[in-house]
Amino acid sequence: MAKRIDVSDLDIYYGNFKAVEGVNVSIEPRSITALIGPSGCGKSTFLRSLNRMHEVIPGARVEGKVVIDGQDLYGADIDPVDVRRQIGMVFQRPNPFPTMSIYDNVVAGVRLNSARMKKSDMDDLVERSLKGANLWTEVKDRLNRPGSGLSGGQQQRLCIARAIAVQPEVLLMDEPCSALDPISTLAIEDLMTELKEQFTIVIVTHNMQQAARVSESTGFFNLNGVGQPGRLIEFNPTEKIFSNPDQKATEDYISGRFG
Amino acid sequence: MSTSTQQPSTGSDAPVSAPPPGGHRTLPTWVTWAVFAAAAVVAAGIALVTSWNIVLFVIYTVVLGTVANYVLSRAVEGHRKATDRLVTCLVGCAFGIALVPLLSLVYEVVRRGAERFDGEFFSASLVGVIGEGGGAYHALMGTLIITLLTTLISVPIGLMTAIYLVEYGTGRLKKSITFLVDVMTGIPSIVAGLFAYALFVLVFGPGVRLGIMGAVALSVLMIPVVVRSCEEVLKLVPNELREAAYALGVPKWRTILKVVIPTSIAGLGTGITLAIARVVGETAPLLITVGITNAMNFNAFDGRMATLPVYAYYQLTQPGVPPQFAIDRAWTAALLLIILVMALNVVARLISRFFAPKTGR
Amino acid sequence: MTTTSAPPANPRPKRRPGDRIFAGSAKGAGILILLILAGVAIFLVTESFPALTAPAEDVPGGEGLASYIGPLIFGTLMAATIALLVATPLAVAIALFITYYAPRRIAAGLGYLIDLLAAVPSIVYGFWGIAWFAPRLVPFYQWLEENLGFIPLFAGPASATGRTMLTIGLVLAVMILPIISAISREVFSQVPSLHREAALALGATRWEMIKMAVLPYGKSGIIGGAMLGLGRALGETMAVAIILSGSAAGITWALISSANPQTIAANIALQFPESTGLAVNTLIASGLALFVITLLVNMLARWVVNRRADFSGAN
Repeated sequence: MAKRIDVSDLDIYYGNFKAVEGVNVSIEPRSITALIGPSGCGKSTFLRSLNRMHEVIPGARVEGKVVIDGQDLYGADIDPVDVRRQIGMVFQRPNPFPTMSIYDNVVAGVRLNSARMKKSDMDDLVERSLKGANLWTEVKDRLNRPGSGLSGGQQQRLCIARAIAVQPEVLLMDEPCSALDPISTLAIEDLMTELKEQFTIVIVTHNMQQAARVSESTGFFNLNGVGQPGRLIEFNPTEKIFSNPDQKATEDYISGRFG
Repeated sequence: MSTSTQQPSTGSDAPVSAPPPGGHRTLPTWVTWAVFAAAAVVAAGIALVTSWNIVLFVIYTVVLGTVANYVLSRAVEGHRKATDRLVTCLVGCAFGIALVPLLSLVYEVVRRGAERFDGEFFSASLVGVIGEGGGAYHALMGTLIITLLTTLISVPIGLMTAIYLVEYGTGRLKKSITFLVDVMTGIPSIVAGLFAYALFVLVFGPGVRLGIMGAVALSVLMIPVVVRSCEEVLKLVPNELREAAYALGVPKWRTILKVVIPTSIAGLGTGITLAIARVVGETAPLLITVGITNAMNFNAFDGRMATLPVYAYYQLTQPGVPPQFAIDRAWTAALLLIILVMALNVVARLISRFFAPKTGR
Repeated sequence: MTTTSAPPANPRPKRRPGDRIFAGSAKGAGILILLILAGVAIFLVTESFPALTAPAEDVPGGEGLASYIGPLIFGTLMAATIALLVATPLAVAIALFITYYAPRRIAAGLGYLIDLLAAVPSIVYGFWGIAWFAPRLVPFYQWLEENLGFIPLFAGPASATGRTMLTIGLVLAVMILPIISAISREVFSQVPSLHREAALALGATRWEMIKMAVLPYGKSGIIGGAMLGLGRALGETMAVAIILSGSAAGITWALISSANPQTIAANIALQFPESTGLAVNTLIASGLALFVITLLVNMLARWVVNRRADFSGAN
């Protein structure tokens, strides 16, 4: 299922403002790739361009190529909706659908696309996805309760279950733990290391320990100044980034000598 | 009206009558009320001597009480405090004045309307009725039918426009629609009626009166209200939910239908109910598009219909001889209208309470 | 800021039929609203055209369209002006009372009470006006005539029924009160607490705080709200039609006599059901005049209110 992502010469714009410039990177399948960098440097924007989510904002567009398994996401005949089915996303703040039960939240991707599915298959899917998100034992007795009644960490795992229920190939995570307490964070991090057996995971994080703990590769984004586009400064195996980075800027940022 | 005072009143300690040499003293709270009560007594006296009249009585009380309070406070507390007290009195009185029409209106309509609030009123029409008896069944049904048609026309157009403005609209089209919806809220109801008349005259010729014309006229009044309230509600749906759906590979239109609208259904229901409440009592457009009839006509596409507000209007202004019976019917129709509007307001509140998204435990 | 003049790299994304249909119908509904408003203007002009071109003696009244509509416009403006003069200070005071004077716990309830005034159908105001309010104003009018009769506005003889221009103005004032006070309340509640606390910290009394911080901030909001109320008062029909039926005195400044000018809207409601032929066209022409007047007032009001919104955003 997991696929390799090749990004070449990617520029991202909001209207006339160039937010990210000249990204070239290859993301390995079945691995966790962390993106770090100061706020506003374009790492979230870059992440959202990987499943064409940034297009939701009016005026946003990209130049360049994002290729997954030989297929350009921005090809002329590609429907962004199909892209997003292949590439799931988990957001900064847990956002279960407030009108739906836990069960319905998990199958939301299937239901909202009005795909026909037998009840027993649906039950299987819910159990499999919730188990995959390490949430099954906690909620199996109250699947019909509203999803918004769970704790923050449980809600975030519910969102992960919802994302993996549509069986994507890639999972994008935009600061998935920034709204969670340390224990929930740990639970999510454990979950990520399990999920990478099946999925290619890209995660944006402000927490450098987290990047060091979970990821195989790390990319460092930075910008030269306010109003300048963000750039991918360095992309290397995580160990190298945190011990012996190629770039001075990376070292400064990691060691806290930034700015 | 009550004002907070820095110094707790000690009850027996009467207000001082002259300003002390140094700082100013503060009047205890009850003095304000006592002064107003005294003013009311004096006003009652004046009103009784001249001629008893509730309006004059209220005016005397307010004026006397305020002036007395100002003078007293100025003498005891000084210029600035006195002005503050004066404004407090004025502002409180303004609120009290606004309650006078509300209370008297409800009282009067209930008192006079109760006269004929009986079974016959809800089961009979006016066919063959001269003088006593008769009802407004035909008018009540007419109002329900025309309001239903209006809702069927206005809600889809209004809701879709709100969706356009919130979810799709960009640039100049969005701006001009927003502006024109605002302008449309200000169209006088009689002009909406003339519009519907002018529209149908082109097809059916002069003198046409149809139930559907009334529905079109009312729609012109209702659509902007629906757009406004639905727009406000849709804007409240957090963007995160839309993004969550997009990220699952759900197309935009399904996201709107299955995520955005269900999330905001309570607010939409409330807004639409209030919009219905707004048009259900409209009289002027129906007067010139639907007309009036004494018989039952439940077909909105064939001839005149009776509606409650128009019925009330004609029963009051052209009562026939003897007039009292028709006038009683008019008041009962007015009472029924108020009940309808208030019931819709209550329903709107219930909708927002019971259909709001559950937050779990 | 990096700008680019290069054309967008990706072509218009492919869209699903469902999306196209849904987006199209949403946009269509929006455009329909533009068409309806245009339709109102066009149909009114078309149907009033015969009256605009008819010879003067054929128009009801026999002296041409201008002298038919003129007194009506006068009456409309007169009634609406009285309503505005009475309602605005009252509404602002009520809004102040609810936002700054009433106890916090019941403030919302009091606001709801005032909003109830807006929910009452206008015909019921007519009933109330003619049966309860007008008779109770008669002694007041007599007093005005005796004591202030030298002012042309209060020239006698005072009406014995109380169905006068001043009564109409007061009833309309009650009807537009909730509109003005709702907008004023909204503006007052948006006054930054910093401004208010700064005034209080200088030792200002509550009224001085309101004068220094609240009223200057809310001024354009109040003006906008008052103009929206004016728009409503101009177009108000049934209450006027019931209370002023049967009097059409042309242009007169007397407010408390039984001879009063009619308003455009009420005149249409009173005359339309019995009119045929050119009389109908004439009435529609007067409706067109009303439409234009309210349109101008409302656009001006929106402009004032929106401009304030822009400014408050900057704060």
